[in-house]
Amino acid sequence: MYFCIPNNVWSALMAKKTLLNAKDIHIILHRLACQLIENHNDFSNTVLIGLQPRGIFLANRLTQILQKDYKVTDIKLGKLDITFYRDDFRRRNEPLEASNTSIDFIVEDKKVVFIDDVLFSGRSIRSALTAIQSFGRPESIELLVLIDRRFSRHLPIQPDYKGRQVDVINSEKVSVSWLENNKKDAVYILRDN
Amino acid sequence: MKQLSVNHLLGTKDLKKDDIELIFQTATHFKEVINRPIKKVPSLRDITIANLFFENSTRTKLSFELAEKRLSADIINFSASQSSVKKGETLIDTVNNILSMKVDIIVMRHPNVGAGVFLSKHVKSKIINAGDGAHEHPTQALLDSYSIKEKLGTVKNKKIVIIGDILHSRVAISNIYALQLQGATVKVCGPTTLIPKYITSLGVEVEKNLLKALQWCDVANVLRVQHERMDIKYFPSIREYTQLFGINKEILNSLKKEIVIMHPGPINRGVEITSDVADSNQSIILNQVENGVAIRMAVIYLLAQQIKN
Repeated sequence: MYFCIPNNVWSALMAKKTLLNAKDIHIILHRLACQLIENHNDFSNTVLIGLQPRGIFLANRLTQILQKDYKVTDIKLGKLDITFYRDDFRRRNEPLEASNTSIDFIVEDKKVVFIDDVLFSGRSIRSALTAIQSFGRPESIELLVLIDRRFSRHLPIQPDYKGRQVDVINSEKVSVSWLENNKKDAVYILRDN
Repeated sequence: MKQLSVNHLLGTKDLKKDDIELIFQTATHFKEVINRPIKKVPSLRDITIANLFFENSTRTKLSFELAEKRLSADIINFSASQSSVKKGETLIDTVNNILSMKVDIIVMRHPNVGAGVFLSKHVKSKIINAGDGAHEHPTQALLDSYSIKEKLGTVKNKKIVIIGDILHSRVAISNIYALQLQGATVKVCGPTTLIPKYITSLGVEVEKNLLKALQWCDVANVLRVQHERMDIKYFPSIREYTQLFGINKEILNSLKKEIVIMHPGPINRGVEITSDVADSNQSIILNQVENGVAIRMAVIYLLAQQIKN
């Protein structure tokens, strides 16, 4: 997600409504995994790329489901950091902080699937599209997101796979919590008090 | 902390521990970038950098230029030998002329001590000191520490000896500040004539015996004898210098441990260090050069971040 403010800071400032609980997320993740299998078969020509920082949790979870529940063995999963490709460098008050990139496979002529938690303005995906070119020329690039915030796009970018579509106004924030980072699987909508 | 505490990089003396940490973290990301098939990021595409070299340089100039190009900055190069400086133009006039061409960052090497500090008080651009006389060479010290950290896991509590011509060395001074800030212990070793009189006031010990210095240290940073800065004879002959302070395989084999060998370049092979040592597995000289690009990318990126659009 493009604007990363710690969840605890948002929670203190805003009213919280649960959009998805752990069971909803479980069902959605399995559906997304099945949709990926439908289009990518055994994943031999496909690579999954989690977008740093918050897309990594979703990418890891989907990989686990594909491997354990659907016995897909040949999954190539990478992490891509887009900090140096962003279009708001020197335009924000807060400095940007980079995360690790680790792509230890060939991207050239592969079907790439970007994985991120929330699709908002589309600008981080635009940056990711540029960033991935540094690793080669993929055959195609698809986008998978857990939450698609409709009507908030700044760029003509749409997801190919989406967990849930939501209509929220710009002042509201969609916050995704994972078992791995926040002890609970849930998606919240936060509003100003 | 995600921002540098300084507005220019004039010397490692001005840096805080957190600044060094931030530069190293950022450099690690850039090191990954420069090992990609396409080694370039677009971050600084609207930034212009002037490389002003009033003194000869090969490695540092190339390293800065490459770092700037990897960040997509526009660059202009200037070397004093081909410029109006020879016609009597002052430093401020030269720089202001360049600045009126809308330059955001200046990388400067100058033979005079304090040239970077002076410039930072008179022009609005960010200044990166690429060496000012025998004063400071901060990016070299940063890449040296980064290379030590990469090789040994940490700089803290490590023992580092800087060997050779300390008197004329900006690398030594910048290294002493940077290493001490990170919790390392530093000694210097060299002929008495090439050790500055007041060096101990920086909290470093002087060791006159090369073997003792090597037995003590984890890392030996070997400096070049800077003949071009020596207007008088500081030691009887190069042969004698090599016999007393030259590092060779025999002396390293006589130690009970394997130490790390560094050199900021250019190497006088057979003088301060023999070829078999410089090219051995103990030497991280070429890692220093690779890390130099990543460190300089990090410094430029972090300073550019402070320039508001």
